[in-house]
Amino acid sequence: MKQADFVTLVMPFKDKVFRLAKRLLVSREEAEDATQEILLKLWNNKEKIGEYNNVEAFSMTMTKNFCLDRLKSKQAQNLKIVHSNYTDSNASLQKQVEARDSMDWVSKIMEDLPEQQKIIVQLRDIEQYEFAEISKMLDMNETAIRVALSRARKKIREELTNTHRYGIK
Amino acid sequence: MVLNNIEKLIEKYNKAETTLQEEETLRDYFTSDNVAPHLDHYKPLFQYFSKAQEEQFTKDVPLKPRKTIRLYQWISVAAVTVLMLGLLIPTLRESGPKTLADYTPEEQELYNKTKSALALLSSNFNEGASSMNVLEMASDNFNAGLYKASFVTQFGKKTNEFLKQ
Repeated sequence: MKQADFVTLVMPFKDKVFRLAKRLLVSREEAEDATQEILLKLWNNKEKIGEYNNVEAFSMTMTKNFCLDRLKSKQAQNLKIVHSNYTDSNASLQKQVEARDSMDWVSKIMEDLPEQQKIIVQLRDIEQYEFAEISKMLDMNETAIRVALSRARKKIREELTNTHRYGIK
Repeated sequence: MVLNNIEKLIEKYNKAETTLQEEETLRDYFTSDNVAPHLDHYKPLFQYFSKAQEEQFTKDVPLKPRKTIRLYQWISVAAVTVLMLGLLIPTLRESGPKTLADYTPEEQELYNKTKSALALLSSNFNEGASSMNVLEMASDNFNAGLYKASFVTQFGKKTNEFLKQ
């Protein structure tokens, strides 16, 4: 497999890998490193790539496992990854800030979800995978995924309602 | 009518029973401008979801073609070396004389002399070996004598026993 073939193979889902990594690792730098690591692993095993019937699902599973390992090692070192995605938004109009703010709330709420629910919400609501695909990626049955997803959505909804009404009631 | 439909979908969505198409409908509805006030708190959620889809991985990944020096390549090198040596050694040996006739007369004479000297030595050795046979016979006689002597000791023991009684 040539480099160009590999890039065209990987191109459709490399952003998805990155977003999943970022969802789990929070920090952008960590997520970039993780994505790089995953892509290099795929590249190094490119001879075997033909054997996987679904490279994308395989990569997502790999990403999930890699990020969870990473989190585990970070916790063992007693070093939490700190959110440090500083952005320089020059156009800081009041309305933009507000819109950003309420959207940021969603991502903050999602940060507090358990890892598994985070992964499922990410895969379903953001990446829009079918339940069958998610069940393959996470090695879980569909019912369990639905239950976890419904719990996660409920949690997000409650938190969001609370913050939304904050100051009104 | 639309609102009613959306409310139903929201309910299904919360139970995680919506299909991807239905979720798409919800996303479209909440990213549009006319959202019903009592559903307003869902707005940031779906807006966030559609925004989060757009994030991209921009870092370059250095894809170096791996150097694959495998063992079997070295094995082929070793095989070729062995083959070359195998061809080379017999050709080096072929250059020397092979039979006795190939040697010069002096060398042949020397060879014959050495041969006869060694034959003489060997015949002397054989003589020595045959005289050893005499020693062997003597050793046989000794053994017979020892056997007889054992009778004498037995006899002595018995006489001692009788004397004690």
